[in-house]
Amino acid sequence: MGQTFSEKVLGAKAGKTVKAGEIVFVSPDYILSHDNSAAIIQEFRKLAIERVKCTEKIVIVLDHVVPASTEKYAQNHKDIREFVKEQDIPHFFDVFHGICHQVFSENGFALPGKLILGADSHTTSYGAFGAFSVGIGRSEAASVWATDETWLKVPETIRIEMSGKLPAMVFAKDIILNIIGKEGADRANYKAVEFAGQAAQDFSLASRLVMANMAAEMGAKNGYFVPDEKALTWLEERAQSEFEVVVSDSDANYEAVLDYDISAIEPQVACPHTVDNVRPVTEVQGTPFHQAIIGTCTNGRIEDLKVAAQILRGKKVHPDVRVLVIPASRKEYLQVLQQGDLEALVDAGCLVLNPGCGPCLGAHQGVLAPGEVAISTANRNFRGRMGSRDSAIYLASPATVAASALEGSITDPRKYA
Amino acid sequence: MSKGKVWKYGDDVNTDVIFPGKYTYSVLDPEEMAKHALEDLDPEFAHKVKPGDIVVAGKNFGCGSSREQAATCLKHAGVQAVIAKSFARIFFRNAINQGLPVVQCSEAVDNIQGGGEISIDFATGVIESQKGVFDFAPLPESVLQILDAGGLIPYIKKKMEREKNHGENNA
Ligand code: SF4
Repeated sequence: MGQTFSEKVLGAKAGKTVKAGEIVFVSPDYILSHDNSAAIIQEFRKLAIERVKCTEKIVIVLDHVVPASTEKYAQNHKDIREFVKEQDIPHFFDVFHGICHQVFSENGFALPGKLILGADSHTTSYGAFGAFSVGIGRSEAASVWATDETWLKVPETIRIEMSGKLPAMVFAKDIILNIIGKEGADRANYKAVEFAGQAAQDFSLASRLVMANMAAEMGAKNGYFVPDEKALTWLEERAQSEFEVVVSDSDANYEAVLDYDISAIEPQVACPHTVDNVRPVTEVQGTPFHQAIIGTCTNGRIEDLKVAAQILRGKKVHPDVRVLVIPASRKEYLQVLQQGDLEALVDAGCLVLNPGCGPCLGAHQGVLAPGEVAISTANRNFRGRMGSRDSAIYLASPATVAASALEGSITDPRKYA
Repeated sequence: MSKGKVWKYGDDVNTDVIFPGKYTYSVLDPEEMAKHALEDLDPEFAHKVKPGDIVVAGKNFGCGSSREQAATCLKHAGVQAVIAKSFARIFFRNAINQGLPVVQCSEAVDNIQGGGEISIDFATGVIESQKGVFDFAPLPESVLQILDAGGLIPYIKKKMEREKNHGENNA
């Protein structure tokens, strides 16, 4: 019997052949944290040891509340900067770089075959480049800083075999929402998800990031795409360390193989208040909202802002709605700026925020009042996530959100194809 | 093993309703966190919960964010344990790392009602209630050790001290 990608990576780390279900003690290649580093530092201090064990493995990106909106957040950032200096942590990205998952990727830490731990649930993103990347909590992050080790259960794998071609105005976001809607928010709990088939390889790297990121929303431990030429070429000039491509054997053991023909999928919308409450846009069109968000770590890259600009160029957003645009990182920001797409968005009436998490977690910049509704390209629509517990969030692709922004209510983007 | 009052909820209780995102970087003190426990699901909970109470819920408890405060706030609100049909994986780890026992037992969830009193034996894997006795697979020894120590940080701390002393004794 062959081995899955996850069995191979964890086996290599544990120094033995492992099977799904086994618990292994492993040392990661990188460990990511963000503003929550302040809390991780508190936990680390409780251990009463002086030095972190794995300085060069630690990657810290300040992104959740940037620049600081209150004295408390400012103090958190200050504590983190001081800790970074004290411990000589080389990979520190201060408030002006962007959202952790994009910054981590574009700086070449997300590499094939690597074992990456992250104190953030969307750490699954790096599977877009063939990494095994998994979210952990704060105490655990502190203990990994101290001991350079943690335990993981080798997950079973669900293989999602995608065929066909994307219809016009349908994107990776629609496909992953469709999958989550069909399979349910806990279908992949404790499991790995492998995105495979010709259609998976046809996706751009940005689109793969959308899907691997949102694998977390079906409960997945990690998501994975085979790193192909496209990925390797992109990584060539940015890889932070040597790496080895790891792929599943053709006779590997899967928990399930699910077939999806993507050419049959319409634009999708996740309705309040769970990500698996998914309907085709045609069933919810006409729903009014107050705020639209185009961006975040899920859909704030060049290809996302480009399609939004394509729909909004030369037009004006509906006067009853406010539209926030959040590029995923400063690098992406600069490129869409240079290409004129940002100009088109600003001209249409959008408000461009600095790269960061912004309203995605309801901490600052555009939180929702009671009774307000948002449509967003982010990855989560839980009750209260973006502000008041009496607000509601719809999730969709950048094209659907842009088309909806024009009309002031949820709109089928195919109208603007 | 002491009795605790049951607070019963449904499926997919997510981390945003257990501990709202707006507090994640502003409320850092565990006792303060406890005041917001389950705020967006059941605003009554934090005011009325008593030490030793037990949360019982459906499938996929703790789905969503990796925020450990979801476990911390329940622990410091005095919750003795969470019983659910299933747990989201990061919450499951976080709960253990915070010293909050988690019990997976669908049968108990289907039968136990809110407001009643139940008791749990973690070592043998038995839940006792007026509705009957339910068995569950006890947590592995290594996990029970973390729970006994009061969470991962105290556990690692003890372990590192032991290793250090051991090293010094051998020197
Ligand atoms: S943009 Fe939203 S989902 Fe992404 S890392 Fe920030 S808070 Fe998390």
